[in-house]
Amino acid sequence: MTYEIVVLTNMAIAVLFALSLNVITGFCGQVSLGHAAFLGIGAYTSAMLSKAGVPMVITFIPAMGTAALIGLIVGVASLRVRHDFLAITTMGVVFLFTGIVRKQELLGGEIGIAGIPAPDFGRIGLLVTSLLCVLAYLLFTIWIRRSWTGFAFDSISEDEDTATLLGINVPKFKLFAFIVGTSGAGLAGALYAHQVRFIGPDSFGFVESISVLAMVIVGGIGSIWGVILSAAFLSALPQFFQVIDDYKLLVYGLLLFGAMRFAPDGIDGLLRKVSRWRAVK
Amino acid sequence: MTTKRLQIKNVSVKFGGLSALQDVSFEIDDNQLLGFIGPNGAGKTTLMRVIMGMITPLSGSVFLDGKNITGLRSVQRIHAGVALGQQIVKPLRKMSLLDNVALASGGAKLLSPLRALMVRERSEEREVAQELLIQVGLGDHVQKLPNELPLGFLKRLEVARALALNPLLLLLDEPLAGLSKPEAEQMADLIASLPRKGLSVILIEHNLLQVQRVCPTLYVQSNGRALAFGDTNKVIAEPEVRRAYLGVDA
Repeated sequence: MTYEIVVLTNMAIAVLFALSLNVITGFCGQVSLGHAAFLGIGAYTSAMLSKAGVPMVITFIPAMGTAALIGLIVGVASLRVRHDFLAITTMGVVFLFTGIVRKQELLGGEIGIAGIPAPDFGRIGLLVTSLLCVLAYLLFTIWIRRSWTGFAFDSISEDEDTATLLGINVPKFKLFAFIVGTSGAGLAGALYAHQVRFIGPDSFGFVESISVLAMVIVGGIGSIWGVILSAAFLSALPQFFQVIDDYKLLVYGLLLFGAMRFAPDGIDGLLRKVSRWRAVK
Repeated sequence: MTTKRLQIKNVSVKFGGLSALQDVSFEIDDNQLLGFIGPNGAGKTTLMRVIMGMITPLSGSVFLDGKNITGLRSVQRIHAGVALGQQIVKPLRKMSLLDNVALASGGAKLLSPLRALMVRERSEEREVAQELLIQVGLGDHVQKLPNELPLGFLKRLEVARALALNPLLLLLDEPLAGLSKPEAEQMADLIASLPRKGLSVILIEHNLLQVQRVCPTLYVQSNGRALAFGDTNKVIAEPEVRRAYLGVDA
């Protein structure tokens, strides 16, 4: 039973992490190749505070806040770049993050932080907490999607210049997407730190950034339900098949290639096509 | 002294070593439709972009209703009352025509993501959009996607979207380009009706026939310099204008 609980908790954390990137890349159209850095910022903040005796749930707030603050700084720095330049800039963030963490003794350096306290309410409690966090973030993203913010995001993701001519304050909306997305990643990081109870710089590198991007693209960029399905499935897969974990980057790379080539709208697009086809028949 | 809707004062723009605009000045009144012509490379689109805040002039100022807007960003100018219908239409292709226009009529919500987050209702804006689309002759296509429609319809969508911003000053960059003769006539009539609704309009256009038909006042620019300004028929008759624009000797 413990194993299933661990798998389910991992799935919930992956879903939260993917949903957070979906706000930035899916809703607002800002490609980010460095999202794992914000997972790491949340994880390290939460782990350090937890080790200092702060209750786990309380550490969620500074974990989200720190990730959002760094996200805001990255967002401001990225305002003038678009498309592939933005992708390269955000990729730099993840290298910068791991590079800094490796050199900081306070953060455990290369070795990382071990002995992160287990949550008082046990593994089931952590699973329930993770599911509640996913639910809260999910409801918030659904709200964003249906609000005028989501409406504005739709135009920004398609054409920023046109969005500006429609009276949309594009920089503010982009920064908002960065803040919401990176704070979500920070929360996922806090949960992750208490799930694995050991974190090191390698857990938040470029591979993790690509993995979460694969989840968003395979699910369907911008699709909430597609991303949930994809993140849940792709995060569980390596836990059932060791070979996938060994060749994770290769598998995710192939999935990314396959999705971009054959199903650019991901699972969501495929499901829509099937339902249209069934309706016609 | 009455305040002018728009005043351009001594605007100069350089791209590298090339002078795109040299000491350009002109003004337009409330509820005025001004034709704006000039040969290719005259700097017409550059001047529109200066008015919109998309290009910062080397020198000179832009005033809207007496207020200096030279330092404002594009989005601030839009909310101050300037709108642009671009020469190359750029509809949001994943949205219906109705949503394309409804989004533009979102007003102050679009300045702040937090304010926009508090509002989900779109029915009011969609009603406005529906009316505008009917006005521009797209009433039967409101739910269609831009990809399903020809260029002439997308030009009308561009105008409807600009009108949805509820502007004081509307800049239209070649809205008749690529339209058939009846379509151009219809569009020109629509533009001619706008000053009666309280708008001032600057119409950049190569279709001289329609400009002459609907614009009472004309501004001509050549090689980045103001060449003539005044009553359309008188300006067109000026030898310098005929030489520069029409390639006809006086």
